[in-house]
Amino acid sequence: MSGQVWVAGGGVICGIGADLRACLEAFARMEPGMQDMQHLRSIHRGVLPVAEVKADNDALAAQAGLPASVSRTALLSKIAAEQAWASTGLGSLAPYRTGLVSANTVGGMDKTEDFFGAYLQHPQQGRLWQVLHHECGSVTELVADAMGIRQQVSTISTACSSGANALMYGARLIRHNIVDVVIAGGADALTRFTLNGFNTLMILDQQPCRPFDDTRAGLNLGEGAGYVVLVSDAVAAQLPNGPWCRLSGYANANDAYHQTASSPEGTGNYLAMKGALEMSGLQPADIAYINLHGTGTQNNDESEGKAIQRLFAPYYPAMSSTKSFTGHTLGASGGIEAVFSALAVQQGVIYPNAHFAVPMKEYPFTPATSFSKGNRLTHVMSNSFGFGGNCSSLIFSGFN
Amino acid sequence: MSNGTAYITGSCVIRQHQVYNNGVLRWQDTPGTALPEFLRNGYDHFSGQYPKFHKMDHLSRLGWLAAEVLLQAAEVEDHLPGQVAIVLSNRSTSLDTDARYYNTVKDIPSPALFVYTLPNIVIGEICIRHGFKGEHAFFTTEGFDAELVRSYAQLLLDTNAATACICGWVEVMDGAYEAALYFAERREVSGAPLFTVENVKKIYAGNMR
Amino acid sequence: MADLKSQIIAQLNLQEVKPEDIGNDQPLFKEGLGLDSIDALELIVLLQQHYNIRIANPEQGPEIFHSVRSMAEYITAHQKQQG
Repeated sequence: MSGQVWVAGGGVICGIGADLRACLEAFARMEPGMQDMQHLRSIHRGVLPVAEVKADNDALAAQAGLPASVSRTALLSKIAAEQAWASTGLGSLAPYRTGLVSANTVGGMDKTEDFFGAYLQHPQQGRLWQVLHHECGSVTELVADAMGIRQQVSTISTACSSGANALMYGARLIRHNIVDVVIAGGADALTRFTLNGFNTLMILDQQPCRPFDDTRAGLNLGEGAGYVVLVSDAVAAQLPNGPWCRLSGYANANDAYHQTASSPEGTGNYLAMKGALEMSGLQPADIAYINLHGTGTQNNDESEGKAIQRLFAPYYPAMSSTKSFTGHTLGASGGIEAVFSALAVQQGVIYPNAHFAVPMKEYPFTPATSFSKGNRLTHVMSNSFGFGGNCSSLIFSGFN
Repeated sequence: MSNGTAYITGSCVIRQHQVYNNGVLRWQDTPGTALPEFLRNGYDHFSGQYPKFHKMDHLSRLGWLAAEVLLQAAEVEDHLPGQVAIVLSNRSTSLDTDARYYNTVKDIPSPALFVYTLPNIVIGEICIRHGFKGEHAFFTTEGFDAELVRSYAQLLLDTNAATACICGWVEVMDGAYEAALYFAERREVSGAPLFTVENVKKIYAGNMR
Repeated sequence: MADLKSQIIAQLNLQEVKPEDIGNDQPLFKEGLGLDSIDALELIVLLQQHYNIRIANPEQGPEIFHSVRSMAEYITAHQKQQG
């Protein structure tokens, strides 16, 4: 085991843009993606704002080159994964030993819900093909087949940290010389299953979410997909425009506290950030920007803040939660935020935290509130914490 | 990919109403007992004193019970909590609970069921019980993939991400169930089998102590 | 209040607890009966299912669900309002 793991490119589709460039423009214009539901059919339409991808399944299918009958999650996944690969400028995937490591939390649940409407009316009704891709792994396989990826295809499902864990797994595949290239990240479409589930937990805000604000009252759900392209030293040397940055550290830890709630001390968050720093050989002061997990719930932001205070005090890096723009995209969030974080290193971008007004009483730090480019950000941290106590932290680093 | 040396210092296999620990039948329930009753009887036999058990979904109860049996015999306290990793896998993820949750949606959706609609919650429950804070992962495969689980666990041990790893298979779907957990440690324990794919398979098949 | 205790035990799957084990004024959460945030949400479901009382703001939880007595008082007051 040796060598570095490089980020060769990235692609994102989410509630603020159909590609990475559109997302950056939305950040610069301070335009979050939360709106009334347009595409998801739910009794909560008009009440709970969500950050939907602004296209229907037919349009996404045409763009993805997949049938409109497959899960919206697969459509989003294919679009972002292809954009990620295209951004590397490497041309055809064929010469490389390639893996696809993709995260999601509910697989083809959107189609299953369509099936159940008719099936519950009568057991003889409903179109069975709609449940064909219910299983999480099936979504990944659809995309891998469509892209011609056969070497290594894996699905990671560990709740809201899934996307970050996909990068960890992908990096190990490269470091162990199993593949040369891994497209790693995650995808999740909005479904009634997740919307109603989060609603029963009473952690959805009916207003646009306000992460790390003292008045925060919950999260908004979003949908999308985000992938980075991880490559070995040998492939990095062939990149026509060079790599974006390195994936220099990663760690995963369990909070061991509660199924869904974070511990008040943020133990798992702290251990994940500390472990990632140790792996990359950095000190807390080396981190220039943190892309927060920052969901906007009382519990998450308090725990994450406590862990940051414990690790970074008294000097705090710039930080923000891009979920204030994209909403919480669950299995996709770790992938989307990895792309944002890797790009932050390459272009010196600090992302704004929308709707921030009142600092949290507990902590001396506040999130960034405006978009800026050209900052010197040598090391950027991205946090993703999930149900089941699954906490992960990634560090992206520049190079000279 | 990872070929360092490690040892299987404990195992627990639960299937067909029988609980095996290190290859020895420790307890069995009456054939035909439904899964919830079997799990409750197993809990009463091996543990008790953990009322949260009853609130878990079937997958978590099975994984929790297997870990309980496994760790009563293993010397887990020799490892730091942050150095104990967990790598589990199954075929049906949380589908058994997803369906139960969906049945409540037409009335009032149950928050207590919703929190179990993810496969990795069983890992969280084991971590909460024993205070483990190490790295953890959950994989979904068609059947028990001894090679995948062993190589991932071995990697964590080889790269110092953990000094011990609880790994294996925990499956529940519509009343059918099966669990096979292993305790793998890097340190040599005399008499303990090597942590190889062959030995993992033998224990799963019930052909090794 | 005995009915309410049985309902709480059933809703929360407290298999090792009997209604008479729960004191009228015993705190339900943390050091008392040891309930957690998900249990609080299930108690909100209980109020809706059995008493047709809706609680939209979870921040009311700690006050209403402090003990069996506070829950019973809330139910009584709320049902009178409705009547």
